[in-house]
Amino acid sequence: MHLDLRLPIGLMFGIFGLILTGFGLVSDPKIYQRSLGINVNLGWGCILLAFSVFMLAMAYRAKRKSH
Amino acid sequence: MEAVHLGGVDYVILIVYTLFVLGIGVALKRFMKTSTDFFLSGRSIPAWITGLAFISANLGAQEVIGMGASGAKYGIMTSHFYWLGAIPAMLFVGLFMMPFYYGSRARSVPEYLKLRYDEKTRGFNAVSFAVMTVFSSGVSMYALAKLMELLLGWNFHFSLAASAVIVLFYIFLGGLTSAIYNEVLQFFLIVLGFLPLVFLGLKDVGGPNGLLGAWQGLTTKLNAVAATEGFSPGTWTNSWSHLSQAADNPMGVEWFGLVMGLGFVLSFGYWCTDFLVIQRAMAADSMSAARRTPLIAAVPKMLFPALVILPGMIALVAAPHPTVQRAAATSEKATAFTLPPARGIIPPKVEKDAQGNAVAVLDPKTKQPVPDYDLATPMMLLHYFPTGLLGLGLTALMASFMSGMAGNVTAFNTVWTYDIYQSYIAPNKSDNHYLWMGRASTVAGIAVSVGAAYFATQFNNIMDVLQLVFGFVNAPLFATFMLGMFWRRATGHGAFCGLLSGTVAAAMHHGWTVPAGAASLAKGGWLAFGHPLHVYRSEMAQNFWTAIFAWTTCFLLTILVSLCTRQNKTDDDLRGLVYSLTPHVAKDEHLAWYAQPATLALLVLAATVALNILFW
Repeated sequence: MHLDLRLPIGLMFGIFGLILTGFGLVSDPKIYQRSLGINVNLGWGCILLAFSVFMLAMAYRAKRKSH
Repeated sequence: MEAVHLGGVDYVILIVYTLFVLGIGVALKRFMKTSTDFFLSGRSIPAWITGLAFISANLGAQEVIGMGASGAKYGIMTSHFYWLGAIPAMLFVGLFMMPFYYGSRARSVPEYLKLRYDEKTRGFNAVSFAVMTVFSSGVSMYALAKLMELLLGWNFHFSLAASAVIVLFYIFLGGLTSAIYNEVLQFFLIVLGFLPLVFLGLKDVGGPNGLLGAWQGLTTKLNAVAATEGFSPGTWTNSWSHLSQAADNPMGVEWFGLVMGLGFVLSFGYWCTDFLVIQRAMAADSMSAARRTPLIAAVPKMLFPALVILPGMIALVAAPHPTVQRAAATSEKATAFTLPPARGIIPPKVEKDAQGNAVAVLDPKTKQPVPDYDLATPMMLLHYFPTGLLGLGLTALMASFMSGMAGNVTAFNTVWTYDIYQSYIAPNKSDNHYLWMGRASTVAGIAVSVGAAYFATQFNNIMDVLQLVFGFVNAPLFATFMLGMFWRRATGHGAFCGLLSGTVAAAMHHGWTVPAGAASLAKGGWLAFGHPLHVYRSEMAQNFWTAIFAWTTCFLLTILVSLCTRQNKTDDDLRGLVYSLTPHVAKDEHLAWYAQPATLALLVLAATVALNILFW
């Protein structure tokens, strides 16, 4: 097919990553009682951002190769 | 008290996901020009995508919720559904069967049966499969809407309608490609949405001393559970050690029934013949991609127990958190959360007492509340995830329901259009007409599914009975395919008689035996009039043995009838359909050694054996 799936995957998780890290930075620390005191929004948001960058880089590489 | 309600950020995540799902459908619309594009993605999808879609189509609701429930009920023994009941069959279908499915250019599994055997065998398979898929998709929708009502107080009709409309929208526009692309999106969402749950749960229950320390901590706590249930220590954390007798483990099965029933008949019957998953491989862009599809899928499948079973095991022993557990009841149905948990953080099953108050269901023998195991995994999400991550987790949960639904719908519209409509109702129409029919049957299939979902709200038992009947039809199937692919003498009459008698044998076995403590005839014994021939320790054991009887009957009768009837297919007809008449492609020259199907399969097999030994 002519749509590189890595593009929407990378974009979607990029948006999720931004939302979670952003929210993790401003949220009330009290809500992290349930997650054992860990700011999981910030932490997991960063991991999602890394995943997104990886997917987008793969898509970019594939596009450059085909040109 | 803290209510379980979603914050704005959770809704944003859910909405972003929905927009991407719909957007993929829109983006793919312009590529849907022929019926092959719509039903088979024009056979143009790379292996990594079909592989992840293969596993994601199977990663429906019964996987995430059901395997979590089994993890709590049976512990790590649940991993047999993966390491024994999935991986070997997935490797087999990739290495040995895909050459015939893909190579024959059949457009569906029933069509393979027509090419290999005859019209009646195909018809039997096509009709039973089509009915089964629309009902399964209805059951998924029903379960999703029920769960959202319970967890979040969402309106049942709203959830049902929303899930139906979303799935309809993207399949209608983008066909199988749309379903496959979204399944891959859902795959990553489920993995990335549930992984933090496992980390947090293990750290909480097992202690901070690394992975090994956490596992040991979990084992100690689960041993205490095993002791109260009357089993020896390690029953919840060893997969093979407690299988010599059915009485030794909570599953109530012994090793032979497990290996033959689950590991052979049920597993090969599902992974090697179910069009729902095979369709993903058929969409691959080359023979080697089709063969690698189930092999690539086997890698995540092998690791899924950590993602879906472990949360259930943790839920069984996690300590209730006062501010979290007592979620304010957002709806009348949410009373399960206001009652004290039955086990760990798992809420009890709820019934109405004489005054109409909701009370926990008590076990008649022990007088203890009966845990509602299906809520183990959803409860874990609410227990550990703060708002933000909770949105991601719940979106992942909804995605798992939708991928199951979409898989069924795409399999249905293909089998309906190619195997029923084109074959029996309107042959020789233009390709455009069948493309139109594909879209029309997508709408009709989802409409029937919605009907089935409402039907399920009225008659819960009827759905159980239907699932049972589908089980009877499916159990013997692998014998038909195995003989078809590896024995050229097998005939159409033989296959049909074998399938029919295998189905009947399954029904009779179920009718003459009962599982211990069966409350209704839907559980078995409906032919026995109170004098069952055998009482199994559990429903699962009965299921495994029903499958074994069905398969054996089908296998023997197909051989017997084939030997008594004439083979009306010539060797030329069977070329590409039967092993001995098909030229073998041992190697794909353009692939590196490590990407060869055989190498891949060996690696996965070695890793699976290692996992079995590790958790023995």
